[in-house]
Amino acid sequence: MSDANLNTDENVTPDTVWVEHTSFVDQIPRSILMLFVFAVFVGLWQIATSFNLVSSIVLPTPVETFNDMIFVGKNLLTGDYMLSALWITTKEVIYGFALAMAIGFSLGILVGETAFGERAIMPYLVALDTMPKVAFAPLFIAWLGFGIESKVALAAFIATFPIVVGTAAGLHATDENSRMLFKTMGASRLQTLFKMKLPMGLPQIFTGLKIGAVGVMAGAITAEFLGGGKGFGELIRVAASQLNTPRVFSLILYLSILGLGLYALVTFAQRRIVFWHRDTVSK
Amino acid sequence: MTTISAATSDVQPALGAPVYELTHVSKTYARNRVIALDDVSLTLRKGSFSSVIGSSGCGKSTLLKIMAGLIPPTKGRVVLQGKPVTGTRRDIGMMFQQATLFPWRTTIENIVLPIEIRDGRAAAEKAKEKARALLDIVGLNGFEDVFPNELSGGMAQRASICRMLITEPAVLLLDEPFSALDELSRDMMNMELQRICTEQNATAFLVTHSIQEAVILSDDIYVMKPRPGRLAEVVTVDLPRPRTLDMMTTPKFGETVNYIRGLLDKGEAM
Ligand SMILES: Nc1ncnc2c1ncn2[C@@H]1O[C@H](COP(=O)(O)OP(=O)(O)OP(=O)(O)O)[C@@H](O)[C@H]1O
Ligand SMILES: [Mg+2]
Repeated sequence: MSDANLNTDENVTPDTVWVEHTSFVDQIPRSILMLFVFAVFVGLWQIATSFNLVSSIVLPTPVETFNDMIFVGKNLLTGDYMLSALWITTKEVIYGFALAMAIGFSLGILVGETAFGERAIMPYLVALDTMPKVAFAPLFIAWLGFGIESKVALAAFIATFPIVVGTAAGLHATDENSRMLFKTMGASRLQTLFKMKLPMGLPQIFTGLKIGAVGVMAGAITAEFLGGGKGFGELIRVAASQLNTPRVFSLILYLSILGLGLYALVTFAQRRIVFWHRDTVSK
Repeated sequence: MTTISAATSDVQPALGAPVYELTHVSKTYARNRVIALDDVSLTLRKGSFSSVIGSSGCGKSTLLKIMAGLIPPTKGRVVLQGKPVTGTRRDIGMMFQQATLFPWRTTIENIVLPIEIRDGRAAAEKAKEKARALLDIVGLNGFEDVFPNELSGGMAQRASICRMLITEPAVLLLDEPFSALDELSRDMMNMELQRICTEQNATAFLVTHSIQEAVILSDDIYVMKPRPGRLAEVVTVDLPRPRTLDMMTTPKFGETVNYIRGLLDKGEAM
């Protein structure tokens, strides 16, 4: 018998029926909640600027920012110089991420699968990982010049570590039973790796990829700030040096679309590939 | 009714040649200095069905893992079909206490996995026909393309027994294969297990907590006692083959069950 039947049954006193109650917030669509937060945020922002709590050079009004966003949007849509700047940064991010994945998976497998990697290489990786990686930017610029290469290098450098750690952790996530099962089936080391360890470690690997996807953006933009070039970071740097804060704001907002896009791509892949994992399903 | 012999002396049932020979096998887990097995010797004959029974933690799974070549014994020798066991072997089919199906593979893909590993993807594809037949036997027809998350514990166990059977191993090592099944399904599965073993002339070694299950299936029952884990007695079940569920109501069955229960009680008192 279904719950609905129980509730309408006259013989049952209503307060003895245990029903699932959804809280008030749960009943509102998510988009409306998010819109609400956005409205409050913009409202506070408007108040702060219209009462001159902060100087307009430090913080432009929402309207100024909005107008600038329209300007930048038009520029992007008409394929003007901002679009080519965005394209350069997009390329840096994509190349950087691809490179980080290639290096990250290889090193991750080396570290997660071999005793040598775990004992002799991992300590160095951990040591490198604790360093502030943007400090390497001047080095990459000195080695690779002011073009796209130095940006790709720093972006990849930052994103590689979480992917290595995620892959190694994923390979260690296998349980005793699965390992014994593969042994009894006479599986080779490669078979065990590809048919059991890697698929089983995918949740951790994707966690690493997501952290890497965030890092790769930070790396590309930092390298652009420090090493010039023609990317979006350069536009931001120039706007900031001209104290054009509305422009800085709107450029950052457009840039965040790129970051969100990459993150969404990884999340989408995760949902398709790791469909069986609980965390993946619930989100 | 039951012929009882000392643990270390060989039982000689009227069956085929020795398949498995364990001589003075001991296992101490270094990590916690637990003596899991102490001087276990036993011989399994071709086509025989044996069970191990004993309280929890007395070393049954350890014994099975050593026989399967998964862990080395601290002392002693394991010989399978004339060759010493020094690692896992493909002629052994093992079923673990946990079902361990892989969630990214459908039920049928899980079942043909041993074939895929042994003979490649094409062979696995061909084996699906046989996998369907096995699923049918265990009452899982219609669940071929379902992912393991959607199976109950008992259904997962039944699927994993199909996975073990698909390679038609000469030796079956079963660690409480039906512990998650209700009694009726369990009886049904036990009879199927007997049929399959007879059909393939397979040698089976079953770990169980159910005395009834051990008696209805086995030729020999090894009774183990804990701390340190050792064989206390070998009970030979004197019931005709093939066994049927009706035999569970016979006096002989009852006597054997009671006898083993007595042995286990004594173990508890120690
Ligand atoms: N990997 C291990 N490391 C250390 N000790 C272990 C290990 N596996 C088992 N043991 C110990 O060995 C003893 C026997 O364990 P085993 O799993 O063989 O028992 P069991 O008879 O199968 O029990 P159950 O019926 O509960 O499955 C236990 O005391 C256990 O603590
Ligand atoms: Mg056990």
